[in-house]
Amino acid sequence: MSISRNDIDHVARLARLALNDEEKDLFTAQMEAILSYAETLNELNTDGVIPTSHAVPLSNAFRPDTATPSLGIDLALSNAPDRSGSYFQVPPVIE
Amino acid sequence: MNYQPVIGLEVHVQLTTKSKIFCGCSTRFGAEPNLHTCPVCLALPGALPVLNRQVAEYAIMAGLATNCSIAHHSIFARKNYFYPDLPKGYQISQFEQPICEKGWLDIDGDWGSKRIGITRIHMEEDAGKLVHGMNGGSGVDLNRAGTPLLEVVSEPDLRSADEAVAYLKKLYQIVTYLGVCDGNMEEGSFRCDANVSVMPMGSSVLGTRAEVKNVNSFKFVKQAIDFEISRQIELIEDGGKVVQETRLFDPNKGVTRSMRGKEEAHDYRYFPDPDLVPLVINSEWVERIEKELPELPEQKRQRFITHYALPEYDADVLTASRLLAAYFEETAAFAHNPKAAANWVMGEVTRALNDSGRDIDHCPVAPKALGELIRLIDNGTISGTIAKKVFDHIWNNGGEPAAIVQQQGLAQVSDTSAIDAVIDQVLAAAPDQVAEYRSGKEKVFGFFVGQVMKAMKGKGNPALVNDLLKRKLS
Repeated sequence: MSISRNDIDHVARLARLALNDEEKDLFTAQMEAILSYAETLNELNTDGVIPTSHAVPLSNAFRPDTATPSLGIDLALSNAPDRSGSYFQVPPVIE
Repeated sequence: MNYQPVIGLEVHVQLTTKSKIFCGCSTRFGAEPNLHTCPVCLALPGALPVLNRQVAEYAIMAGLATNCSIAHHSIFARKNYFYPDLPKGYQISQFEQPICEKGWLDIDGDWGSKRIGITRIHMEEDAGKLVHGMNGGSGVDLNRAGTPLLEVVSEPDLRSADEAVAYLKKLYQIVTYLGVCDGNMEEGSFRCDANVSVMPMGSSVLGTRAEVKNVNSFKFVKQAIDFEISRQIELIEDGGKVVQETRLFDPNKGVTRSMRGKEEAHDYRYFPDPDLVPLVINSEWVERIEKELPELPEQKRQRFITHYALPEYDADVLTASRLLAAYFEETAAFAHNPKAAANWVMGEVTRALNDSGRDIDHCPVAPKALGELIRLIDNGTISGTIAKKVFDHIWNNGGEPAAIVQQQGLAQVSDTSAIDAVIDQVLAAAPDQVAEYRSGKEKVFGFFVGQVMKAMKGKGNPALVNDLLKRKLS
């Protein structure tokens, strides 16, 4: 597994992170090291092993379809940096 | 050169659950913004989603009704992207191991009956709603965030806008019959993304596709796809290339437009959502749901043909919606005359509903009243013409057919001597026409019938009037 500067640029853009050149170098090396370490797993023979999606042996956790009380508008908006009436106010969204 | 359009549809079906897919907030439409929100659908730290069991049940119902295989093991995935209507920074959806796969629907295609493949049906949550241009920015309403959706993905088996619409109508009919969707397209309960491409006729290599997003009426789907097909063909003919992109349909201008900017090569980095445990669906569960499935449109259509002895055409029209079919069946039960009930429902009832812009569930004439009205015709109390008057009267003022007939003296006259008396008057007053008729101009017969009926205020028994007139004139 080899991580390039392009990979770092791509992942940073997806995560909306602005990285400077120094950080990009640093993260390229770190990501490379992390992924190489994880590569060790590829040495195992996993033929016939079903991919694990969850580590907990649980299934079918359900709730019934009943409406329960919500927070209320003021409480729901109480953490918001800004509001307009009952809306969360955010900067313009470019369509 | 001739081109072959290739179309695949992704349909979002909003489910009729009372609460959201992963929390207990209400799914009621039209509430004050952010009234139906809680830590889970607001994505507050530490909140954990728990699956609404009814959503899984509805998904299995939809899968069975569209001939899908139901997964024994199904998981949820996170679809990662940033947009202000998506508070978590990801949408909970399904990627690997969707709940239903490999189904099909038969439609009336351009060249006869055609089987359209359904790739998969998966469960997911809806995003919130943005209101643009609010205080120089945008407003975010998260009431809809977490509303349960099924996404039904078809194979690229459709070859024209008409086939796409036929497929959509069929799917719409099924989900509304099942009751898993209210079918309210204006409120976005059933909306569709169309993947459209064109390739030279006879080619087997698919062209580059464009995706037209969020079209919410059958008419717009047809317009959007037709526009997209012509746009792509013109582009290629002019030496250009179709680019893979997302486009929006503008219903006012009937065109699709590129959604620049938002695109940036989809890279959703799907991975299994660790917050939601896998769904294990055993055969008992599936069998139980299968047993409880309501009658589907195709089954109902067949039953109408065999049980009520209706022509195929009538069965098609009457089973178009579950409510219309139910209205017919109730009417037929009261009328003891299925064919007459079918004629009335497809005729007067449909006309009156169209004229007043009402749906069948708001029909002012109840099936019981219509059934009794039909019985009054069948037992000779009133004629069909008078029955239409009584129908209009009930439509506008309510009331019982028999009582109205009695109060307004509408019962038809079957007393031969009374009819004979009127006929004598009519014939005496029209000697010229009588002469014409006797000289072989049989068309004049209609004139006599009309005059007699007019004199009897429409209450003469039509069969008797005809018989007696013929006898007098011969």
